[in-house]
Amino acid sequence: MPDFTDLTAMTIAAARARLAKKDFTALELTDAHLAAMDKARDLNAFIVTTPDVARERAKAADVRIQSGKAGALEGIPLGIKDLFCTEGVQTTAASHILEGFKPQYESTVSQKLRDAGSVMLGKLNLDEFAMGSSNMTSYFGPVKSPWKAKGRADDLVPGGSSGGSATAVSACLAMGATGTDTGGSIRQPASFCGIVGVKPTYGRCSRWGIVAFASSLDQAGPMTRTVRDAAIMLKVMCGHDPKDSTSAPLAVPDFEAALSKGVKGLRIGIPNEYRPDGLNAEVAALWDKGIQWLKDAGATTVEISLPHTKSALPTYYIVAPAEASSNLARYDGVRFGQRVEGKTLDEMYAKTRAAGFGTEVKRRILIGTYVLSAGYYDAYYLKAQKVRALIARDFTEAFEKCDAILTPTAPSAAFGLHDKQDDPVAMYLNDVFTVPASLAGIPGASVPADLNSEGLPLGLQVLTKRWDEETMFSVCQVLEDAAKFPFLKGAP
Amino acid sequence: MSLDKATVRKIATLARIDVPETDLESTVQQLSGILKWIEQLAEVNTDGVAPMSGGTDLKLPWRPDAVTDGGKVDAVLANAPDAQDGFFGVPKVVE
Repeated sequence: MPDFTDLTAMTIAAARARLAKKDFTALELTDAHLAAMDKARDLNAFIVTTPDVARERAKAADVRIQSGKAGALEGIPLGIKDLFCTEGVQTTAASHILEGFKPQYESTVSQKLRDAGSVMLGKLNLDEFAMGSSNMTSYFGPVKSPWKAKGRADDLVPGGSSGGSATAVSACLAMGATGTDTGGSIRQPASFCGIVGVKPTYGRCSRWGIVAFASSLDQAGPMTRTVRDAAIMLKVMCGHDPKDSTSAPLAVPDFEAALSKGVKGLRIGIPNEYRPDGLNAEVAALWDKGIQWLKDAGATTVEISLPHTKSALPTYYIVAPAEASSNLARYDGVRFGQRVEGKTLDEMYAKTRAAGFGTEVKRRILIGTYVLSAGYYDAYYLKAQKVRALIARDFTEAFEKCDAILTPTAPSAAFGLHDKQDDPVAMYLNDVFTVPASLAGIPGASVPADLNSEGLPLGLQVLTKRWDEETMFSVCQVLEDAAKFPFLKGAP
Repeated sequence: MSLDKATVRKIATLARIDVPETDLESTVQQLSGILKWIEQLAEVNTDGVAPMSGGTDLKLPWRPDAVTDGGKVDAVLANAPDAQDGFFGVPKVVE
């Protein structure tokens, strides 16, 4: 990583050390980011900016640093995906139906980040209700990637659903950001924008206060510019929360300590099924390069099979919409958000939801309603739950032969903001390499590995077994060291 | 399976989403396309496989069924489109 002197282009680790040395204040660091955000408004990364909250928290951080009481992220400016409820600050899930909603409470994850001394810069744009892979479905307009293809002037998508998070971190508008990942929503945008994105094991982070999409899949995670920064941030974000019964009552490991462990003696699984006919040649070549990097660092590789890979996407597109159709039933115009009046209660519900939800969200609610409806439940939903069990079993069996799995993160680099996107199924294919791990509940991370011939980032994905984020971080660090990835878009 | 207009109308009613008659045909096409794609799952042999209903392998904990919070009427109603006298306002449901 180049030695940036600009305040906004530092890593969290570096900023933490220099804040402790009093090279600059937390307020100066925050102001530098607020200025960068102001200049980059065109990227549309933030739905709401919170400069007053940010400066107030930065000042408080400076007091704690002065008195030797600094937390793990004291004074570090972060962006919060607008799917996390933030007390008194509008939280929309990028949906019109929640426009104006100001939660009266704080999500557990954002509270933990706040308690660790971090500074919230604002609420980051996303696909509506986190349903999408391009950030095109946001009611508040698409996010632009800070990256452009060589010799082309047109804007590219940052990926999705955590697209605002990916753009903000990549463009140095925030030192890190929260994301959420249901089928790839942290890892795919991280790959598109050349940053690190980590989806921990299902249950590591509390889901309390995160607007629910598909509850058996949703997980929060960090998006940062380096693997170390992700380890620092994840440690703060996870931990048991009695308010989410699926959050794990397990001790949080020291992820940062795992970074220096290396991969010597580790067995890296290479799944044959992730190399389908017609896989993008540059993506395939990068994968081979990643395999070589890990071998050079002392790992061995082993061919593995995940035979139900092909079924993962269709399984996901039953399970996730089914859960979404239940979760989103709460948006009815009664307790919060937008309302369209009707003569009867049912008419009010139907009009409110028709006007409040965007096209993709409605499509998924309708699919979810259908697969759960009488007469179709067994054929679709129950069948998908059984196939999901087989997909999880594939991973369990694979991890008897290997310690970690290496794959590409996404089948392509970022595509154009204005490329034709009228086939929902074609869009769903973006998540072909990330969805299986989501269904299995195992951790996954994307590390930026190289630029393609157009000069656009490509990521590699590392998967490990449940609760073994430490091995995942060890592998990610080796990949990052070997890749010497060429770097941030917002860096001076 | 291909859906027809009547089925989509029924799903829309169940989901409480108003789908105008003019959008019905395109909705039928799109939903049918997605369903046709997900039907490939029928080929997977799932005999004797127990369904996976959650994301975790941990046993979910029990807790006492006790009131732990409350008395926050103002906070609960703070975001209501129509709050009246400590209640949510809705269209008349009883004649």
